[in-house]
Amino acid sequence: MSDPVVKKFMYINRRAPYGTIYAVEGLEVVLIGAAFEQDVCMAFVDDGVYQLKKNQDTSELEIKNFSPAYRALGDYDVNRLYVERESLEARGLGAEDLMELTYEDEDDDWAEKPSVKIVDREELANLIAEQDVILNF
Amino acid sequence: MTLEVSGKTYETDEEGYLADLGDWSKEIAEYMAKEDDCDLTENHWEVINFLREYYEEYQIAPAVRVLTKAIGRKLGKDKGNSKYLYELFPYGPAKQACKYAGLPKPTGCV
Repeated sequence: MSDPVVKKFMYINRRAPYGTIYAVEGLEVVLIGAAFEQDVCMAFVDDGVYQLKKNQDTSELEIKNFSPAYRALGDYDVNRLYVERESLEARGLGAEDLMELTYEDEDDDWAEKPSVKIVDREELANLIAEQDVILNF
Repeated sequence: MTLEVSGKTYETDEEGYLADLGDWSKEIAEYMAKEDDCDLTENHWEVINFLREYYEEYQIAPAVRVLTKAIGRKLGKDKGNSKYLYELFPYGPAKQACKYAGLPKPTGCV
């Protein structure tokens, strides 16, 4: 049998976490897709950066706070979460406002490493250009 | 669908997973297991309790690959492998154990 084809997948998240179903469904697709052992990363732009905001509290909205599930991404080998710097700045947010998401690096004695990387628009454009498959949520 | 345990009725989905996580009790887990001809031992409970803790922390039921890896890390390599877990839960460790744990069907499970 030939080696399985591994493609570069990027899931781009553009919407706020609550109010529409895109963010939670998009995350679910990422978690399901992880079973296919592709080269997966996620990008957070526009209101999508709010998805990674720490201390989310949905009690007033009466819907489930699904943000803890982003912390499971490392277990699913989704270790690269790119956040666009311009989108953060336009919303008065910085790195310190985001959840501290980590993964354990199998090739480095399971050292815990950060998954979130803040990149500027130009870097993100280059990353997007490298992908084989792009899914927008 | 509904489930009746000790005279009380509980909502479930069409595959028998509890609709409301808050309804869960050990008794319900034992009842569900009995329906599947499965006797819950200490080893089963270890996995069920692990899943409940995982859900509490991450708000998702882990896929079987993730469960296997995480069990290995927590309970040791002799338990963190699919042979051991499938012996305990022949219908699929994530699928069957999540059901007994009162969790939804694992994400990524078809």
